[in-house]
Amino acid sequence: MEMERQNDLNLKATELRLGLPGSDEQPEKRNNKRASSDMDNSSDGEKGDRECAPPTKTQVVGWPPIRSYRKNVIQAKKTEVDAAGMYVKVSMDGAPYLRKVDLKVHKSYPELLKALQNMFKCTIGVYSEREGYDGSEFAPTYEDKDGDWMLVGDVPWEMFSTSCKRLRIMKGSEAKGLGCL
Amino acid sequence: MSHDPAEMSEDDERPPPADRGRAEYADQVLENVLENVLVFLTCRRDRNSVSLVCKSWCRAEALTRSELFIGNCYAVSPARATERFERVRSVALKGKPRFADFSLLPPDWGAHFAPWASAMAGAYPGLEKVYLKRMSVTDEDLAVLARSFPRFKELALVCCEGFGTSGLAVVANHCRQLRVLDLIESEVTDDEVDWISFFPDGGTSLESLIFDCVECPINFDALERLVARSSSLKKLRLNRYISIGQLYRLMIRAPQLTHLGTGSFSPSEIVQQGDQEPDYASAFAACRSLVCLSGFREIIPDYLPAIYPVCANLTSLNFSYANINAAQLRSVISRCHKLQILWVLDSICDEGLQAVAATCKDLRELRVFPIDAMENNEGPVSDVGFLAIAEGCRKLQSILYFCQQMTNAAVVAMSNNCPDLMVFRLCIIPRYRADRITGEPMDEGFGAIVKNCKKLTRLAVSGLLTDRAFSYFGQYGKLVQTLSVAFNGDSDMGLKYVLEGCSSLQKLEIRDSPFGDSALLSGLHHYYNMRFLWMSSCRVTRRGCREIARQMPGLVVEVFSWNNNAQDRGEENDIVETLYMYRSLARRVDAPKYVEIL
Repeated sequence: MEMERQNDLNLKATELRLGLPGSDEQPEKRNNKRASSDMDNSSDGEKGDRECAPPTKTQVVGWPPIRSYRKNVIQAKKTEVDAAGMYVKVSMDGAPYLRKVDLKVHKSYPELLKALQNMFKCTIGVYSEREGYDGSEFAPTYEDKDGDWMLVGDVPWEMFSTSCKRLRIMKGSEAKGLGCL
Repeated sequence: MSHDPAEMSEDDERPPPADRGRAEYADQVLENVLENVLVFLTCRRDRNSVSLVCKSWCRAEALTRSELFIGNCYAVSPARATERFERVRSVALKGKPRFADFSLLPPDWGAHFAPWASAMAGAYPGLEKVYLKRMSVTDEDLAVLARSFPRFKELALVCCEGFGTSGLAVVANHCRQLRVLDLIESEVTDDEVDWISFFPDGGTSLESLIFDCVECPINFDALERLVARSSSLKKLRLNRYISIGQLYRLMIRAPQLTHLGTGSFSPSEIVQQGDQEPDYASAFAACRSLVCLSGFREIIPDYLPAIYPVCANLTSLNFSYANINAAQLRSVISRCHKLQILWVLDSICDEGLQAVAATCKDLRELRVFPIDAMENNEGPVSDVGFLAIAEGCRKLQSILYFCQQMTNAAVVAMSNNCPDLMVFRLCIIPRYRADRITGEPMDEGFGAIVKNCKKLTRLAVSGLLTDRAFSYFGQYGKLVQTLSVAFNGDSDMGLKYVLEGCSSLQKLEIRDSPFGDSALLSGLHHYYNMRFLWMSSCRVTRRGCREIARQMPGLVVEVFSWNNNAQDRGEENDIVETLYMYRSLARRVDAPKYVEIL
């Protein structure tokens, strides 16, 4: 999961990030290697000129060492789900009819919220872990796999997109209850 | 020079005419005696030793060797091999270097079976068995096999590509004595040929039919009839296009099976409640000899209880395509007291591994594959499950373990608890990751493995490793034959330690590690003892590689990159993208344009 520095959700200002639960700072000693493309001919053994860790989370060819055959099989299982798209119904309080949005198309919360705001011509406002969408006219909520209504933004995007069954854009006053859990 | 018939002479000189008859007669007797004795010698290493005694022993050994094993198809030319060994009935050939599996070898690199097929067609009319691994095999090659060898009995294609169902049809149809047709992790093109229908009518001698890697639908009716008329069939591994209902029908026709690959292990249509389904458990119960179970390619866990009846006898279980959780695994594994080999996905979590450790006291081989291959902070399995295995499965000989986090302590524990370890392959997925708890490099853990596991022959490392780890490998890894390194080490010293210390090293594959020319040149004393050296994205230059080629004419030194072509060779001081070098008695004549042979 990447640390998303997103303007829209203003997460950095609140020093909150969308990451896996429990994934705090790691005492990682990534102090010795640069990505192979950056290799120069500096002499060996000099820890001084070593760069920071190579880019994380990027796909490196052939790593981890899993046979293409096995990778394809597991990938194929994932793609079957992917190809179908992930359309969920979106309702907005006060709107006469529902819409549908494909969660697969949007890769992050800011994108999704932007799309919803465009679709319904509303302002959803800024997310904070403490206050939810406090202060804005509307708040996005969703029904998860267990049938509970949750506030959009609390969990990492991947977790949200796989558990979201439908969306509902609630009036701010009603959503206050959700923000206080 | 006179030729003394009482000696075993290496001399090729002809004796004076007067003595020639006696000398030749004595030689002939000796060779006949030798041949009759050597026929019983099957071990490859012993045969190689025998052939070094003297010329006449070499000849006798060559005449009696019936199983030919060639670990690198480019180490010798087909002509030379077939000239030396005249009476071969079984051939095993290995082609591409292992890193080809991970897309590190550009396509069309080589390892073509064709020249071998045609050489053998002429030389070995009695050929019965062919085993190919990582070779490029075409339909035409398969046709040559089928046409040229009337006694052909066994074909195994492991990690091969280049052929399709039309090639399989020719083999099925022409090889009337076929006992074994094993397609394992190979890429098979769907030519839309119904190859199963090409087996001849009437009883077959089939003992093993493995096609779980074939990614195209099968004519089920033809398969069912084939199984029904193959009374010797012991091993059957189905592909994922076979539903559980179809599996049932096959199992009741073949209760004598010892090895079964279950196919999809799910129904072909949505099963409604109240639908009548066959009694799958009884079909399994009827297979009293079943010891090896695999498949489960699209498993619906509800059907797992069907396999309970065979669990007590299972020695090998492959769940590595089955996305099951800890509880589901436990329901099966708690019954598998005799299990020796287990392959699983990490969906079973540390908890699942604890269940394995609790029951499978006889476990020899464990492989844990990741569902999610991305680098993460956490994963479903970690040092916790690893430690449980170390404490519970003391007879472990071989482990392959993918995880996101590991500790030195857990690895040290395994080194102390599992003295029989021969193969240790630990893949910490995030590159350069340190000990989860201490933040230190993983040097001490891997070091303990080479130090304490006195039988260790194969090692694959990962995580944050400094040159110190490599010093341990060189110091203690005296039996290590195969070593895989990726994103490890600090400097040339790392590789030097290994090349100077690991006296049994045969196969060394390294990627993305800071080893350069100085390290490369420190292995000159050893490269003729090795099968190959692979170094990609390291720091060796063209100049360094050329120096090796100059000093060691018995090596083929290949240098290549994905974007290379003949016009664009690069400077001497340029770092080469990939170096692949191997001992060889032949020159490559079929290298693609992007391969430069120095």
